[in-house]
Parts: sequence; C-alpha cells; structure tokens
Amino acid sequence: MYEGLNHWGFVIASYAIGLGGTALLILHSLLTMRRAEARRDRAREQ
Amino acid sequence: MHGYANPARFLRLARILTGPFLIAGIALSLAAAAWGLFGAPAERLQGDSVRILFIHVPAAWLGMGGWTAIALASMAELVWRHPLAGIAARAIALPGAVFALLCLVTGSLWGRPAWGTWWVWDGRLTSMLVLFFLYCAYIALADAANRDGENGSRLPAIFGLVGAVNIPIIHYSVLWWNSLHQPPSISMGKSEMAPAFLYGLLAATIGFSLIFGAVVLMRMRAILANAQAEARLRRRAMEAVDV
Repeated sequence: MYEGLNHWGFVIASYAIGLGGTALLILHSLLTMRRAEARRDRAREQ
Repeated sequence: MHGYANPARFLRLARILTGPFLIAGIALSLAAAAWGLFGAPAERLQGDSVRILFIHVPAAWLGMGGWTAIALASMAELVWRHPLAGIAARAIALPGAVFALLCLVTGSLWGRPAWGTWWVWDGRLTSMLVLFFLYCAYIALADAANRDGENGSRLPAIFGLVGAVNIPIIHYSVLWWNSLHQPPSISMGKSEMAPAFLYGLLAATIGFSLIFGAVVLMRMRAILANAQAEARLRRRAMEAVDV
C-alpha cells in the first residue's frame, strides 16, 4: 500500500467513472435502438 | 444456434430478453457497488483501495470476454455464414471497447494508491491497452465495411479472429513477465479470495454481464431495424422507377 494517500478519493472516482460510463452506454444503446425501430416502423407505414 | 439464424425469430427472443437482462443487471450491479462501498471490509495490505476491485475486475473480464465473443461470432460468420453472426460481432464492439477503457481507467486509479504510480509499461497493462486499440480499429473497420455493402463484411471477421491472439497474451502476461500487477486470484475451481470479496465480485460480474448482454441485444435490434428500413426504402424506390 502506498502510504500517505487518502484512498477514498480514488475509490469514489472509480465508482463514478465505472457506473457513469455504464449508464451512458445503456442510454446510448437504448436511444439508438428506439430511433432505429421508429425509423423502421415509419418506413413500413409509408 | 442455427435455429436463431432467422432474424424474425431472433427479434422475438431479443424483445423478451432485453428488459429482464437490463433490470436484473442494473439491480445486481448497484447492489454489488453498494456492498463494495459500504459493506466490504478494508483489506490488510491494500486498505480501502481494494474496493475498486468490484468495478475493475468485471470491466476487465468483459473487455476480454467481448473480444472472445467477437472472435467466435467472426468464426461463425466465416465458416457457417451465420446471418446474425456479423451483426452480433458489430454489436459487441462498442460495449467491449467501453469496458476495456473502464478497466484501464479504474486500474490506473487503483495503481496510484497501491503501487505509487498511475501507469507502467508492463505486459498486462500494455496488452490491455492494445485490446482497447483493437476495439477502436474493429469499430472503424466494421463501419467502413458496412458502407461498402455486404461483401465488405469478411474483413472485420478476419480482423476479429486475428485480434483474438491478444486474449491469451493478456491472461498469461502476469505469469510470463515481471509485473506490478498481481497474478490471478481466481482460477478454474480455485480462489484465494476471502468470501467477503469473492461473493461481492461474483454479484458484480453477473450484474455487469447481464447489462453487457442487454446492450448487445439493443444494438443488434438497432442494426436489424436499420437494415429492414433500408431494404423497405430501396424496394419502394425500385417500384417507383418501374412505374
């Protein structure tokens, strides 16, 4: 262990980046899917 | 596997599985994160920095597992011409790249308090960085091949297979070369980890894997929906020309 450092800053940063990155990935994939399926449905209706 | 080569049948299954995978994955990952932050004890040597384990290790496994899945899908595409295999490989690439990057960033954040440095150019860290670059190259190649039409899709599949050579290098790097990174604590049927860390890590890995699966299903649905829309618009344009 590297002495003299408060570990909690590194822990919180890791969790924020890990969970935040995963949330952004989910959101991006969900929006991409919704847009693509709406586009397909519009093409079917035309 | 070939039973789901039919996109319509696959889409029916994907619509059923996406929601439950996503909800169960988010619930399990958040529970594991809460355990990592508030429940798990500090480790004797590494102190509180060991809590990063619950994010870093699932990200590393999914980064490596993602490329293994791309290689298997690429083989299915090249050998059996499975119609969904190329789509699956393309859908895996972005989540695989994101988890490889999360592994690198959280590993760096763990390295500073544990080793006293953010980064070293040793076998494990460098081969993981190479994996991230391979994902970036695969995404660019698959996009270019997609723009060129169906015949272009063989090149990403070959790249996906060749790139798999990096996976055993990542795994064995800590055994082959001197490294600051610790050797594996978990191997087939054996663990050197205390139960307080092992079960939390298991929950985090299953949770993030379910999220990974849900993201891949959503991205496959998006690729298929775009292909169906393109096909319909093309058919309509042909009919208009004939008239």
